[in-house]
Amino acid sequence: MHRILSREALAPDVVRFWVDAPPIARKRRPGQFVIVRLGEGGERIPLTIADADPKRGAIALVVQGVGKTTRDLNAMEPGDAIQDVAGPLGLPTKIEPGQRVCCVGGGIGTAVVLPIARAVREAGGHVVSILGARTRDLIILEDDVRAVSHTCVVTTDDGSYGQKGLVTDALREAIAKAPEPFHEVVAIGPLPMMRAVCELTRPLGLRTIVSLNPVMVDGTGMCGGCRVTVGGEQKFVCVDGPEFDGHQVDFGELMARLTAYKEQEAVACARHPVAGPFTPAW
Amino acid sequence: MRSASGGGAVHARVVRSMAKKITQKTKTPMPCVDPAVRSRAFVEVASGYTEEMAVAEANRCILCKNRPCIAGCPVEIDIPKFIQKVAEGDFEGAFQTLTEKNVLPAICGRVCPQEDQCEKLCTLGVKFEPVAIGRLERFVADRAAAFGSQSDSGTSPQPTGHKVAVVGSGPAGLTVAADLAKMGHSVTIFEALHEAGGVLMYGIPEFRLPKEIVQREIHGLERIGVELKVNHVIGRTFTVDDLFEELGYEAVFIGTGAGLPHFPKIPGVNLIGVYSANEYLTRSNLMKAYKFPETDTPIVHGRRVAVIGGGNTAMDAVRTALRLGAEHAYLVYRRTEHEMPARLEEIEHAKEEGVEISFLAAPVGILGDDRKRVCAMRCIRMELGEPDASGRRSPVPQPGSEFEIDVDVVVFAVGQGANPLIRSTTPDLHVNKWGNICADAATGATEKKGVFAGGDIVTGGATVISAMGAGRRAARAIDVYLRNPLPDGV
Ligand SMILES: Cc1cc2nc3c(=O)[nH]c(=O)nc-3n(C[C@H](O)[C@H](O)[C@H](O)COP(=O)(O)OP(=O)(O)OC[C@H]3O[C@@H](n4cnc5c(N)ncnc54)[C@H](O)[C@@H]3O)c2cc1C
Ligand SMILES: Cc1cc2nc3c(=O)[nH]c(=O)nc-3n(C[C@H](O)[C@H](O)[C@H](O)COP(=O)(O)OP(=O)(O)OC[C@H]3O[C@@H](n4cnc5c(N)ncnc54)[C@H](O)[C@@H]3O)c2cc1C
Ligand code: FES
Repeated sequence: MHRILSREALAPDVVRFWVDAPPIARKRRPGQFVIVRLGEGGERIPLTIADADPKRGAIALVVQGVGKTTRDLNAMEPGDAIQDVAGPLGLPTKIEPGQRVCCVGGGIGTAVVLPIARAVREAGGHVVSILGARTRDLIILEDDVRAVSHTCVVTTDDGSYGQKGLVTDALREAIAKAPEPFHEVVAIGPLPMMRAVCELTRPLGLRTIVSLNPVMVDGTGMCGGCRVTVGGEQKFVCVDGPEFDGHQVDFGELMARLTAYKEQEAVACARHPVAGPFTPAW
Repeated sequence: MRSASGGGAVHARVVRSMAKKITQKTKTPMPCVDPAVRSRAFVEVASGYTEEMAVAEANRCILCKNRPCIAGCPVEIDIPKFIQKVAEGDFEGAFQTLTEKNVLPAICGRVCPQEDQCEKLCTLGVKFEPVAIGRLERFVADRAAAFGSQSDSGTSPQPTGHKVAVVGSGPAGLTVAADLAKMGHSVTIFEALHEAGGVLMYGIPEFRLPKEIVQREIHGLERIGVELKVNHVIGRTFTVDDLFEELGYEAVFIGTGAGLPHFPKIPGVNLIGVYSANEYLTRSNLMKAYKFPETDTPIVHGRRVAVIGGGNTAMDAVRTALRLGAEHAYLVYRRTEHEMPARLEEIEHAKEEGVEISFLAAPVGILGDDRKRVCAMRCIRMELGEPDASGRRSPVPQPGSEFEIDVDVVVFAVGQGANPLIRSTTPDLHVNKWGNICADAATGATEKKGVFAGGDIVTGGATVISAMGAGRRAARAIDVYLRNPLPDGV
């Protein structure tokens, strides 16, 4: 049992929790995730470890309510307990000292980018961050990202906040303006966004790391449900990832695979008491 | 039932005196749920012997002198002794005999490949059908559970103060934990999933091995003081070195099972509706996807499901497909029935339930529709050629023999590789070229000091009983090691 220590709404349908999980808090490194099961009969879902406080023995999860499990979780309160939390899973982000990195976060992907940006900074690197969302309300964790970035640009599709446009527009400018070329771009957000970033950086030969989010079951390499094609080879995201060279990823295949349970997800959602509009996930 | 049993025992002794001469030539049939009913439900297929049936079957044993059956049992159960006790109506005594050697008799009685082990060597089997040893084992274990019997060896020993970590809670891990706890050591099992039991929980379906039975065995372990930590992924939550250095364990047993499922290198394996058997069975068994939407985990319900493979895993997957409502459940196997590694009983049951088997065929590609969902599978016919390294005749594709079947779900049960989590975080652990841990067959000892291993992670996919045998041997070796640890560097 893992107690929820605190709960804070970051945006409509997006909540940050601090959850009691001492061994995971000690062990986790940026880029890793946990598998969570709320209770008996529940689904096992992957969530990135957005932050950790080893002293308190707690990890932070930032959750976007997109379906049955994430909405049930977001309805939980401090003092409630999550039955199962397993991790930290996946390979940590490879951080090299003193690198110039452009961190691009789209929507809830910002929660995944934040620990990476912080780690780059702590390793003496230079961090330029770009955060994007459809509209102002959906920008999350801006202050936290600013605190670890040398430069931080915010974009909204509708221009309600920051620069009007897509993260790729801001990225193009950042690359052009950079006094020294970036060593790499880390782009995490909806699949179409990650794909668009990769299309932009590929011709420039600019290494681009993305974090993939297939449907998972065990998260330990046992089932193969999380398989993706990277560079023409089969990879299991839970043990070989979740981060990969974006220029090698078959995004089309992953997008299709994420629709595998569309009909069932709609059924599960309809049974949910607070079912709201069905927004596409990160 | 009960009143009949006393009479049964008396009757048994009478029958027994004649049994050595005349004998019932075939096994006492196992009562089973009607195939038409069971193929649509997750109820257990075989319902088990009654006391009368068990006594009658036990009386088929001719008590031969050389007792070859014992050598066929990987954990060396004193089979004639337990059978004799059944024949005498001493079911409690039979249970104690069984549990001297086997900590999981209710499970082994259900899933062991008896036809390749004890029953294969049975003297009666030379002329007639062998004694149904597996069915008797199951009967004794189930009866003991129904009457709340505990095995004698479960009594509390003198604590030794030694701490052992067991990684993985499949049959290998459960056995090692039980044995070490009975020797007085303090044992903690670390299991990656949210439930203990390994393949017994997530792989083998309810209709063949009710999960209640597995849980009963696991509660038994907890009763004798074994600590169980689920959601602990070793290599991640703690490394093997952490178990020694941070948590103070003196020995570690690795029983993490066969890991990564294989997919063939053919087009279409990543279409929606293509599963590994591990995923298909885990969704159904562990996550109870068959109860969706009462439970939260979905599964693609195929109307026409093809399962590729010929082992127990393939049989379980194809029979699960029927129970999930498939109109057609096909099994595609590249050799013939003769070479199938699955248990005989499972093949028979599958046929009765209406599984359509296509021998001497293998997939060459899977075709999808515009939504990237499976719509058909292309296969090629095989012929058997020369025997390969395993001694089985290897299948040779026949050019120009390709054909298509309409399917909407494809499940691969074509073996698995070793999981990298522990090997990649334990640099001084030796593995072979397939990634399986190198361990001494007699003791389970690895090259790394204090680390022992056994079960599928060492042998590759094998059997429940062989994993238990490895656990038993390792427990003995760990006990010796704890009592006189080798000096550093040995
Ligand atoms: C490594 C990894 C890390 C992740 N980290 C986070 C995180 O930090 N915060 C967070 O909110 N989410 C994260 N996700 C996504 C999250 O796991 C899914 O949103 C969740 O499983 C949806 O479950 P559900 O029952 O609420 O929705 P469902 O009812 O299962 O699905 C609802 C909708 O979400 C889509 N969906 C389902 N699974 C996924 C998925 N894995 N990724 C994207 N969309 C999905 C479906 O297509 C559907 O449109 C992560 C995924 C992975 C693989
Ligand atoms: C579908 C199916 C049907 C089968 N049917 C039969 C049958 O009828 N008869 C028969 O004899 N055999 C059968 N087998 C084979 C048999 O189940 C296995 O040989 C046996 O379970 C192996 O036992 P094990 O203890 O080595 O590993 P497993 O049973 O695989 O258990 C390993 C456990 O370790 C856990 N684990 C893995 N990695 C880690 C980690 N890093 N940290 C912590 N825990 C970890 C896993 O989650 C799992 O619970 C079948 C196998 C399958 C898949
Ligand atoms: S989630 Fe099962 S192998 Fe990755």
